Parts: sequence; structure tokens; C-alpha cells
Amino acid sequence: MSTRYDVVVCGAGPAGLAAAAAAAAAGARVALIDAQANPGGQIWRPSVLLPPTAAARRAMTRTLGAGRVDFRPQAQVIAAGEGEVLIESTQSAERLRYCSLVIATGARELLLPFPGWTLPGVTGAGGLQALAKQGWPLAGRRVVVAGSGPLLLAAAASLHRHGARVLAVLEQAPPAAIRRFASRLTLWPGQALQALALRATLRAAPYRCGEHVRSAHGATQLEQVEVCGRRGSYAIRCDHLAIGYGLVPNIELAQLLGCRLDESRAHARVITDDCMRTSVRGVYAAGEVRGIGGWQAARIEGEIAGHAAAGALRPVAALQRRLRLRRRFAQLLEDCFTLDERVRTLADADTVICRCEQVPLRALAGYADLRAAKLATRCGMGPCQGRICGAALAATGHLARDRVRVPLFPARLSTLADSFDIAAAETDA
Amino acid sequence: MTVRLEVDGRAVEVPDGATVAAAVALVSPVFGRSSRGAPRAPLCGMGVCFECRLTIDGVPGRRACIEPARAGMQVRTHE
Amino acid sequence: MRTFDLIVVGAGIVGAACTDAAAAEGLRVAVIEPEAVGGGATAAAMGHLVALDDDPADLALARYSLGLWEQLRHEPVAEFHRCGTLWLARTAEDLAAVGRKAQRLRRAGVDVEEVGARDLYRLEPALAPGLHGGLRVPGEAVVYAPNVARFLVERARSRGAELYAGRRAVALAHGTVVLDDGTRLAGPALIATGCALSELLPMLPLRPRKGHLVITARHPGFIGHQLLEVGYGASAHHAAAASVAFNVQPRPSGQLLIGSSREFGSPSREVSLPMLRRMLARAFEYLPGLAALQALRAWTGFRPTSCDGRPYLGCLPGRAGLWVAAGHEGLGITTALGSARLLVDLILGRPCAVDPAPYAPARVMT
Repeated sequence: MSTRYDVVVCGAGPAGLAAAAAAAAAGARVALIDAQANPGGQIWRPSVLLPPTAAARRAMTRTLGAGRVDFRPQAQVIAAGEGEVLIESTQSAERLRYCSLVIATGARELLLPFPGWTLPGVTGAGGLQALAKQGWPLAGRRVVVAGSGPLLLAAAASLHRHGARVLAVLEQAPPAAIRRFASRLTLWPGQALQALALRATLRAAPYRCGEHVRSAHGATQLEQVEVCGRRGSYAIRCDHLAIGYGLVPNIELAQLLGCRLDESRAHARVITDDCMRTSVRGVYAAGEVRGIGGWQAARIEGEIAGHAAAGALRPVAALQRRLRLRRRFAQLLEDCFTLDERVRTLADADTVICRCEQVPLRALAGYADLRAAKLATRCGMGPCQGRICGAALAATGHLARDRVRVPLFPARLSTLADSFDIAAAETDA
Repeated sequence: MTVRLEVDGRAVEVPDGATVAAAVALVSPVFGRSSRGAPRAPLCGMGVCFECRLTIDGVPGRRACIEPARAGMQVRTHE
Repeated sequence: MRTFDLIVVGAGIVGAACTDAAAAEGLRVAVIEPEAVGGGATAAAMGHLVALDDDPADLALARYSLGLWEQLRHEPVAEFHRCGTLWLARTAEDLAAVGRKAQRLRRAGVDVEEVGARDLYRLEPALAPGLHGGLRVPGEAVVYAPNVARFLVERARSRGAELYAGRRAVALAHGTVVLDDGTRLAGPALIATGCALSELLPMLPLRPRKGHLVITARHPGFIGHQLLEVGYGASAHHAAAASVAFNVQPRPSGQLLIGSSREFGSPSREVSLPMLRRMLARAFEYLPGLAALQALRAWTGFRPTSCDGRPYLGCLPGRAGLWVAAGHEGLGITTALGSARLLVDLILGRPCAVDPAPYAPARVMT
């Protein structure tokens, strides 16, 4: 079963919503796919407790209010080939044919292994925020937020508003880096105000720089964390550790389609031109998948990609000017929040690196290269398909880039069996 | 508005819009066990890590953190 | 220039087995491998230790080799899991073929039991209805071949063998093997390079035959035996450009490994969705419940296929000190240990446990 669209947008976060709206406004027939049940991606994930932000509301209305965009929630792209994506939903699978594809698959959190990180109660920082927004019981629970990046403050504030007792926010970047970041924020007054507002929300919780969590402890669930502080180690008793070290672009779909990637840094990103065109004809990329830059940049990029994908290039120049300023913010982020060597090497010999296959660090030692180690231990061969351990290994300097394969996510065998026939795919008239 | 469902045979109530993960968290901090028997629970909260896999209405391998809770669902953890 | 009693080129399961067998005889062995040991076809393969009866020479070599595999059953790295094989008959014709298969296997000394329809479903309740019966081979097992290859190379090294890891043999010249970094090693050479055979031995026709595999999430107890359709052997021996045959394996982890497909003329390593669809459609015919299960990964591998399907085992006529062990198609894991012993016996001029004539490279050189 296959349905034809002019533009298919993968990912319904700020970039994808903007792309879908722009393409639809230009008259294209648009499908918008997302693995989540609701649009908004991570940052605009709806909360069971709090109303959406004005920006989120506007974006949803603009994109989905007019009924010109076919929104497919709980749908994941399993395979893609020239002109077609194979998506799987909870009950069915479908092929969507496109003239243009916009990849707005966003980013996931960088989760680095450390002793005790597999304990129930240890989650990503954005991870716990996502869980809380969707009803996870946090009222009165003691939460330590740790890791790196401005996301920590946003996550901590969000957790606080969902009822958590935020005991501390621990940023691994040293105070000098944070001061530098704060001083440059005057260039982006919107961001500065946001940071101040977040800080105000978290009045009671100390925000400490140059500190990181070394280990997590508990019998069957988290009971306390050990912190490497600036004046020595100390423990914090808590129920949750919300810990994230930044964001990793979700490039797998782009990689499968053969888009050229910038692999010069620890985490690959998709390369595009100023119109968000990738190296593959008809395929565009917008937002965090091009490199971590924040939601305002993502929104502008999505708009550019949507116009370009629908063949309407006139509005693009003005958008490109606004984008340049936003992208400089991304560079500032990267400069200030570099990861300290110590947080990348917290795992000891017994620490599980591949959570799916239960492979400890000790099991990966003594091989000629990472590929041999993975073959011997099956590290990376579980359901997460190496997304968690792969990013962690990349962050610790083990840069073995695995070829991405179909299925892009675990998929029902019936989905693969109904899959489309590339050889017989018609070219568009 | 709330949603009523069952987790490991126990009745649970969550707000409309909550995920199955939230429902399970009300009943059990442990979602399952690793192959070596270590307790596990959601990590990434966004459907990437697969630590939250549960059997929902008889279908195994469903990610609880991205699955909206619906009335009458029967959820089984691997505990 | 270093001198060895034997230089093995290639450390897939066959090369690793040859290295180990030669070192066990006290020979000074070098083994050369550019990539991960056991990282080629060995890593892509199912690891099923199975006696196929379609070709008498393959069957003889397999029987011999399976006996040798028993010696590794207690090595933890092998993950030796004696699930047994169950051949399935879908039609009356298939059932007749089962009868003939039983005869041939019994004659070769393999323990088999014919299974009627009712017992079939007792053994494997997940099977599609309407099957006529089958043939059970309870002694057969599955292994994790890449780790066995590493184990064999390490065992050989503990006996003094030298591994030239990350190096590639680029030329064979007058009793020497030349590596890509200019190193020259002197001594008889045994080429076990699988699909890359033509690079060093272009006179031996060899074609890569692409296969697909899919592994599922954990579903322990879904099936107990490695299940194959009776027509599997025919698919392997058929010259058809592309074919599929039902073949599903229960891994010790509880995951299911699903095959099989065969394709010539498709050099790309990419997973082909049309081929996957054909393969899975065939699998659902025998195990309808598979359709609802979750696939975690799909991948491809290349079976090194000779012109007549039998491996090249033995000396290159007219080239003293040049040996080959390659071209095992889908039986590389099963026959690796037997192939290795055969080669070592030939090299040492000893009588072979199996008649080596059917595998002689000379058969394709005129």
C-alpha cells in the first residue's frame, strides 16, 4: 500500500513543523511523520500538567490547524530508497512516495557510561523531562540534574514545575566557561532572558559548575550519587539522577539515503547547502540533525527546507540572514560546553557499556580494533542498534563508524515483508 | 480526565495524555531485567534506548515511554 | 626474510582452522589477515553445523568435520548449542525426498529419525498447519563462528604460530608470500581467502553468492530446532540467479535467525528489500507467527562459490608449495575443521580420512 506526496517530512519537532507548514503554504501535498504520539519533538513535547508555550502553540496551529498536512503520529521510518519511505505504526506499515524529503529527525541525548548508570532512577536529563511531561510521578521526589549544556537548566526548571524537588544542577564545564557563555548571551537577548527565567525558577537549587557525577548507588534502584565536586567528593541522596552530556544528531536516515556527512567531530552531522539541500537530490535536512543549534535555528532551517522542498525559493534569502545569527549561538555552545576528559572516562572495568547485550568495558579490551571487539562481544547488536553505546564510544574517542542498515529501527517482520520494490519504483512524471 | 489501565494485574489511573511508562512507574520502579538479572528502567525517555520494553495487550517489545496509555490496556512488565 | 613451514593466507573460519591444525602438528605457521579474524563470511554466517546430503562429496567432508566439531563443544567461546535440525516436508513429494534423505544420511552414519505429521507439531507447535512430516537430526548444533575462528588462531599462537594482523598478501612469487607493506615470507602457502580467492588464484573460478539474514528480538521457546525446508539443498545447488529457501535458527539468546537467500551478480553489500521480502514470505509459509515478531537487524554475507559448488581443497597442480582451501559456499563453518585436517594430511603426505579427489583444484584446470 503506497501513498503519494509532494513532500514528506520526517520528524515533527520545531524544524519539521516549520518545514511542513512552509511546504503546505507553497501548495505542496505534505505528510509529516513522527515516532511520538504528539507533534512537538522533544522541546515542545506536550505536558499533562502544563500548557504549551506560545511558540509551540503557534507552530502546531500553523502546521496542523488548516488540515493541509497529513500528520502520521507513532510512525517510524524503517527503510528508505529512491522516492519512497517505509513507515511502521503500531498496527500497520505503509509506503509513502515523495518528490522531496525533509529530514528533521532532531537529536538524542549523549548518555555517557559510569558506575551505576544502569540503576532504575538514572535517566537522561531531557529524558526525565520527557517522562515527567508525560505523567511520570515526580511529586516530592528528590532529583539531581547533572551533565552538561544549557539543556540542564531547562530540564531542571521543567522538572521543578512538574513537582520534583531539584536538589542540585551540576554542570561539568568549569566556571570560567560558564562565565564566558553568560557574557556572550547579550548577543542573543532572548536566550539570556530565558536563562535568567530558568535560574529564577530554580531559586532554591544550587547550580554548580565544574562538578560531575562520578557514580550512582543503590540496591535495586537509585539511592544516592557520588559527586566529584570542586572541593572534593561528596554524596547526595536522591530518587532520580537526570544526567545528559549534550545532544547527538539523529543522522541514521540521512546516512541510509547516502547523504554526505560531516564526520570531523565526535558526532556526525548532515551537510547541506544554504537551502538545506543534502548531497542527495530531492533530500533536505533541517534542525539539530545538521548540528546542534537550538530550536530557533531549527525552526528557520525547517522553513527554508520546506520552501525549497516545495520548489518555492523566493522567501529563502531573508530566512538565511536570520539563520546566520542563530548558528553562531550554536558555535558558542560548542566552545563553552566541551566535555572534560574525566566525564568521558568514568566507566570502570565492570561498567556495562552496551546495555542491550550487557557488555562491560572489560570485555571490550584487548582487541585489535573496535570492530573486532564488537564482533566478539556483540556490543551494539541489540535493539538500540548501537545508538546508546555507539555515541558513548564515539565520545570516548573510539570512532568506529558503523554502516547503517535497514531496518532503521526494530520493525515487525511483516513490515519488512511488505516492503517496497525499489527496482519497480516509478519515476515521477 | 484520567485513563484506567492494568499493570501486572494491578489497576492504575493516569492523566489523559500520560504514557504507559508513567503508569508503570506508579506501580514499579523496575520495568524489567537485563539478561544477567539486573533491574532496569527507562533511560532516554524518548524511544531510543529500548530499556522500557514491555508487553502491552499481548504484544511484546512495545516501548512504554512513547506509548500513550489507553483505557483498558493490559501491561506486563518483565519483572 | 622469515621462513615458515606454512603460511596461511586468510583467517576466516577455514583459514583459522588450517592454522590451528598445522600448528597442532608442530609446524611453524604464519597466518595473514587484513581485517578482523573471522570477520568476513564467517561473521555473516548462521553458524549451523549441518550435514547436507545433496552431494556425496560434501556429505563425506561434512560427516568428518562434524566429528571434529564435537571436540569444541565444551569451549565456552563457541557457544555450542545442540538444538538439532528438523527438515520439513510440505508436500507428498517432499516426504518422499525425506525418505531418501534419511537413507543417505543413515548410510553416512548420521543419526536421524523420520517424524510424522502429528509428532512434528508436538515438537514444533509454531509450524504452519498442513505439513506432512519431517526428518529430525538430533545431534546437530549451532555455534558462534567468529569467536571460534579467534579461538583457533589464539590456540595456534599459543603453539608458536604468528599472526600478521592488518596485513594483506598481495602476491605469491617463487615460494614466497609478499605482503602489502613489502614484507616477504618464505615457505609453502595455503590460500584460504574465501571470496577474495581470485585475487591470488585467478585460475580457480569463484563467485560470491549473496545471502540475507535477519535476527529478531528475544522470543525464547518459539522454536526448538533449526528448521529447514527439504528443498534447501536444491536451492544451494541450483544455478538460478536468485532463490530463497526456508531456514530458521533458534539462538541460545532466544533470538531467531532467519534465512536464506542466494543471489549471484549482486556485488553490493546493501540489504535488498525485494530479496528480504521474498525470503520472509517463504519463512512465513512455514512459521506464520514470525510475521508478528520484531526484527532487530538485517545483513548480508557472501558465500564463496566454486564452479561446481564443492570447495577447492589441495595443491595447485604445477605450483609446488601452493595450496588452497576455499570455495565452501554455504558449508564453510560445517566443513572448516575437516577441510583443515585434509589439507594438513595432504601437506604432510599422510593418508586422508576422506578421499580428497572430489575437491582437487586440478578438476577445474585443463
